[in-house]
Amino acid sequence: MDETQAKSRFVIKAILPLLLLAILLIFFLKFGPLGVLKSTAPPVENIFIQKTILSPEYITLEFINDGSEPVTIAQVLINDAYWKFAIEPSATLQPLEKGTIKVFYPWVEGDFEAITLISRNGVTFETEVEVATKTPIFNRSYVKTFVLLGLYVGVIPVLIGLLWLPFLRLLRARWYDFLLALTVGLLIFLGFDALAESFELIGNLPQVYNGIGIILIGFLLAVLTLGAISYKSEQIEKKRGEFHQALVFGYLIALGIGLHNMGEGLAIGSAYAVGEVALGSLLVIGFMIHNVTEGVAIVAPLTRVIKNVNHFMLHLILMGIIAGAPTIIGALLGGFSYSAALAIFFLAIGAGAIFDVSFDIMHYMAKGKWTSLFTITNVLGFLVGLVVMYVTGFLVAV
Amino acid sequence: MAKKKLMAIISTLLLLTVAGTFLAFNATTQEDTAFEEMQKQADKCLEGMDSKDCMNGMNQYGNLPKRAEQHAQETIGVVGSYGDDGFDGMRYLTAWNFNDLPAEERKNYYRETKRPDGSLLREYWFYAQDKEIEIAPGVFYPAWTYNGQVPAPTIRATEGDLIRIHFTNAGTKPHTMHFHGFHDSKNDGSMQEDLVYPGENFTYEFEAVPYGIHLYHCHSVPLKQHIAKGLYGAYIIDPKNDTRPKADKEMVMVMNAFDTNLDGGNEVYAINSKAFYYAMNPIKVKQDELIRLYVINIVEFDPINSFHLHATFFDEYSTGTRQEPDAYTDIISLAQGERSILDVRFPFEGMYMFHAHVSEFAELGWMGFFEVEK
Repeated sequence: MDETQAKSRFVIKAILPLLLLAILLIFFLKFGPLGVLKSTAPPVENIFIQKTILSPEYITLEFINDGSEPVTIAQVLINDAYWKFAIEPSATLQPLEKGTIKVFYPWVEGDFEAITLISRNGVTFETEVEVATKTPIFNRSYVKTFVLLGLYVGVIPVLIGLLWLPFLRLLRARWYDFLLALTVGLLIFLGFDALAESFELIGNLPQVYNGIGIILIGFLLAVLTLGAISYKSEQIEKKRGEFHQALVFGYLIALGIGLHNMGEGLAIGSAYAVGEVALGSLLVIGFMIHNVTEGVAIVAPLTRVIKNVNHFMLHLILMGIIAGAPTIIGALLGGFSYSAALAIFFLAIGAGAIFDVSFDIMHYMAKGKWTSLFTITNVLGFLVGLVVMYVTGFLVAV
Repeated sequence: MAKKKLMAIISTLLLLTVAGTFLAFNATTQEDTAFEEMQKQADKCLEGMDSKDCMNGMNQYGNLPKRAEQHAQETIGVVGSYGDDGFDGMRYLTAWNFNDLPAEERKNYYRETKRPDGSLLREYWFYAQDKEIEIAPGVFYPAWTYNGQVPAPTIRATEGDLIRIHFTNAGTKPHTMHFHGFHDSKNDGSMQEDLVYPGENFTYEFEAVPYGIHLYHCHSVPLKQHIAKGLYGAYIIDPKNDTRPKADKEMVMVMNAFDTNLDGGNEVYAINSKAFYYAMNPIKVKQDELIRLYVINIVEFDPINSFHLHATFFDEYSTGTRQEPDAYTDIISLAQGERSILDVRFPFEGMYMFHAHVSEFAELGWMGFFEVEK
């Protein structure tokens, strides 16, 4: 048997099942029992309204045909009254096609607005605006608002948290383990928080996008990528000692928290944009206090290895920015072009990164023997971390 | 050295905070100042300013120009126009006993024979049929109909006539025809044994009494479904000795509604099935002529409906069973199945709205116009 023959066999073996499948499909379409499988019930029409934009005197709706059949939008109802509208690109949407509707409507600031689309077959698709308020448009004043929001909620609290470093360094050595455990507690809480939030957001996502799939991919992507990175860096950094190990932890934690904060920013920005939260100063203050704990989480592993804060300043500021600045990006993205898919993806990545880092820290604390983790100090530290997050979480309950 | 760096961070933070706060308060919007002044003046009235000063204060601004962005009110209503689903809302208003059909075609559905006592035997051929009807421009409803239309053809007789209805069920569910009026039990069309199954037929026969504006509908079960799906029509019996003023025009108006998404609430309300039809096609009448409206409420799910007419009042004959008006008013309320005869005259020419004074129904399609000409 010469080489070309072997090669063609190889190809045939690979293609044969596909070929059979194709033949089967052709036969099925031509002679198959499609009549049996065809439902006699009316087609299940499904329109998913993704975004409602309120502008002075008009409302814009963005939606997608989330079903398997074409849908024709015939009329629009707002608060139980028919309103004239313009639809683009056409009144009939093919499956997965996106459309936009614009309605001139004298909506009232602060009111509840219920919007219903009626299809040709009388099927209705509804969306609600809880508290009507003008949707931000991309101008300077709103960019300012969101940058400010990001600063207050992300960067400033993380930096403030970092400022505890000198204090933490003064603590006795045995408190170091306590601090590490506390960090793990904070992180695990954040990780669960991010995951839970991403699951919650699936409700805002058209079914076709498969939210669970996005979460799975995002989560594992983060865990595996960071796993690979820390494995690689471990090999390199081993010779360089504890200091570099701690530094890697610091950056990884900052990155994980940054991704979490990006998701959080997306959620805040979009909620603000659609008028679901009134961003009162109280809520912003709540987020600030809550997020200070994130700064603590970043510096805790560094306390013992840093001999001189001076040399370390640049790293600290960089970590603070990595952890905090994504809030600004998230808030801007969320406010101006909210996408539930994106928010879910980033939250899942954030959760994955946080779980990965907490695992790394625990691995470091265990020093090769997992059971050694469960000292009274560690368990207490871990629980305190959870409780701190839970209690400060009250401040941001929307 | 470390302390200096620390100080640097803290001052950076402070700077960020101050700058941010400054940015936040910097954002102001430009407003229509004259209008704002006027509003402030109105606030002063509330605060107890002398009413004369207050009104003068507001009037000093004159008639301010329309604020540019407030045009949204003008776009209320539906988009598009009706296609042809075989039902003509204008023709339905004045059609009874199939008088809108050419004589040749009419006798397939309606025949009258003189009886010895001078009254008439009126025979009708009815069939039930599933049919998709257009209830708002571009919105279609899978209705159950009598003779392919909702509301069904109007039956009209004189008190004492004999009515015979040959009914065939060509639909997909068991149906009946149940008439309001006097009849014996086998012609009631409401019991399980009265059901006419798909493919079967049945002949109803009864005397036309009492005079008034009545109703017929399917009494199969679930009852609310068989009614909501469109199996209903008007049944008018004229008094033998009519002492009421003679009407110049007569029209049948059935207030109905459709639950398109089957959630137990209606999405579309109308007079004679098509939302806003008489707003798009105003009903032409003459000033001062007597218009007699036969109004029926068959709206399902909502307990009450109303009929309100602009710029004039009318005599109401409740159920039409007395020849003296029961009320002189411009609004009547009708519960499910209730009906009235309204005698209307318009004193001025122009366009006049008529609609449900249940405002929600009006904006969901139950609104139309009379165009009054000299």
